[in-house]
Amino acid sequence: MINIKNIKKSYGDITAVDDITIHVRKGQLFGLIGPDGAGKTSLFRMLTSLLIPDEGSAVIMGYDTVKDYRKVRNILGYMPERFSLYMDLSVEENLNFFATVFNTTIEENYHLIKDIYKVLEPFKDRRAGDLSGGMKQKLALCCALIHKPEVLLLDEPTTGVDPVSRKEFWEMLKSLQTKGFTTFVSTPFLDDAELCDEVALIQDGKILDMDSPQNIAKKYPHKLWSISASNNYKLLRAIGNYEKKKSAFAFGNSVHLATANEVEIEEIQNYLKSIIDYDFEIKPIEPNIEDAFMELMKEE
Amino acid sequence: MKPILFVMPIVQLAVLAYTADFTVKNINIFIQDQDKSTISQGLINKIDASDNFVLTQVSYSDFDGIEAMQSNNVDVILSIPQNFSKDMNTNSHTIVSITADAINGTKAGISINYLQNIISDYIKEYAAQKGMVNTKAGIEIVKRDWFNPMLNYKYFMVPGILVLLVTMIALFLSGMNIVREKEIGTIEQLNVTPIKKYQFIIGKLLPFLIIGLIEFTIGIGVALLWFKVPFVGSVLLMYLFTTVYLVLILGMGMLISTITDTQQQALFLSWFFSVIFILMSGLFTPVESMPIWAQKITLFNPIMYYTEVIRLVMLKGSTFSSISFHFIVISSSAVVINILAMLNYRKTT
Repeated sequence: MINIKNIKKSYGDITAVDDITIHVRKGQLFGLIGPDGAGKTSLFRMLTSLLIPDEGSAVIMGYDTVKDYRKVRNILGYMPERFSLYMDLSVEENLNFFATVFNTTIEENYHLIKDIYKVLEPFKDRRAGDLSGGMKQKLALCCALIHKPEVLLLDEPTTGVDPVSRKEFWEMLKSLQTKGFTTFVSTPFLDDAELCDEVALIQDGKILDMDSPQNIAKKYPHKLWSISASNNYKLLRAIGNYEKKKSAFAFGNSVHLATANEVEIEEIQNYLKSIIDYDFEIKPIEPNIEDAFMELMKEE
Repeated sequence: MKPILFVMPIVQLAVLAYTADFTVKNINIFIQDQDKSTISQGLINKIDASDNFVLTQVSYSDFDGIEAMQSNNVDVILSIPQNFSKDMNTNSHTIVSITADAINGTKAGISINYLQNIISDYIKEYAAQKGMVNTKAGIEIVKRDWFNPMLNYKYFMVPGILVLLVTMIALFLSGMNIVREKEIGTIEQLNVTPIKKYQFIIGKLLPFLIIGLIEFTIGIGVALLWFKVPFVGSVLLMYLFTTVYLVLILGMGMLISTITDTQQQALFLSWFFSVIFILMSGLFTPVESMPIWAQKITLFNPIMYYTEVIRLVMLKGSTFSSISFHFIVISSSAVVINILAMLNYRKTT
């Protein structure tokens, strides 16, 4: 469906996208996860034919984004990182405008956006600029969908959106998947990753790893423990000095400790008992994609 | 925002037409009369009676009013010498001195000119009264100003201000437009649509063309109804030319918009061009009095053509055949500029 092959883009001395190869299958919800400045937007702009790659190619449904850019623009539904609808047009006018530009009407493809648009319908006469962040994203998604694209390219759609709207947004993406859309979405949030079928972890223009979120988590090389105590600060300091630690960081109310695989629970217990004089609880946990990504980033 | 677009032309016309006046009035004059005769008093009375001069003070001593000029209370000093009346009566050579504050060169020049006219008129009248042969009255020039017989400067300025209005609106609206979309980011979304370049440019052009024509109509309305400027020529021809001219100016705005990245850059470029074009358009100073190299540059100045055409058609009633050169220049530049804007508008970066 989307074939990105050895694509490269640099701005002067800075290489934004460095030899990236990604393959997205039809019907997949594919996540591109990485911190700000990793090269996500540059990659998206190349996929949408807005930026011409220095090397390599991107082919969407058999159409090259450089040679067949006209075809590509017809089959894409693109949501840029920055809200890009007309702020001074109303909700309905925006939708109508983008439908018209693609030679279609709202009525024709209303079934695609019905679930999302019904939330917006009460505000359809409101100016897009006056909507809340979450509402804006919903409208942008509607506008990207209104011409019945084959592929959805969403560049950081959940950045700057509150957690509830973010969750809703992902639910929408999931339900769009059942309608047969192929979605390529980028996000800086690691917890978004678990909702994707497959993710690529990107940093400094390079892909660190690419697999299903479960498999990436499984690749975590260490044993992970969750330790909680009444005084986290002291605990963290004690763990910080532990010679067998690989890494340690505060995680909510507990501390996550990574050790080599051969380390047993008794060893840690004995060590901690020798240092702190109050109760603590320790249990082994399954690493998730977040732990895996942190580890990968550290290796780099 | 909307009312501004339509209130602006009216205010602009109303204010500018009254203020952009080349006739100089209220010139403060100081007269030093050392002659102290009835003849010199007659001259003072004549100057005092003129619309253009305000007599601030008359001095019959050595006091020459230079301080008053330094403190900006006096624009012109006329000094009448001691033996003025004697020289007048014996018809011999006499010197009166005129000193003008040339901080404002135009005003000084015009003031001296007015004063000279008054003085020579006075001398002529006096000589005729006395039955003397006036040495200067060899040839009398009778002048007549065609197409604007009263030399009403408003007939001349109002169409010119209309030109400014139409040009500024068109240039700035279109110049800011695409670059604004670049700034806000809406262009990003639009660029991935299958919309064609020409559709995009036409879509940008048409609304502004309509706004421009509405502005023009309002302006013409104010000119005819309020300032009673005559409209001798064909209204249809004027609209035809204005439409073509607007397409050219809008195309220039588009071009500016496509080559800049921020509204600030676009604003600077638009100002740069509009100031040069306006000052070199013949709107305020005649093109014919510019140096030759500048006259050659004005051949590329659309405002110059439009200013000429609007004055020709409105005041003189020129028909298409007399403005066909203007028409060809403006319409062909409109085509070229818009094609350039279209080519320069890139969907990719």
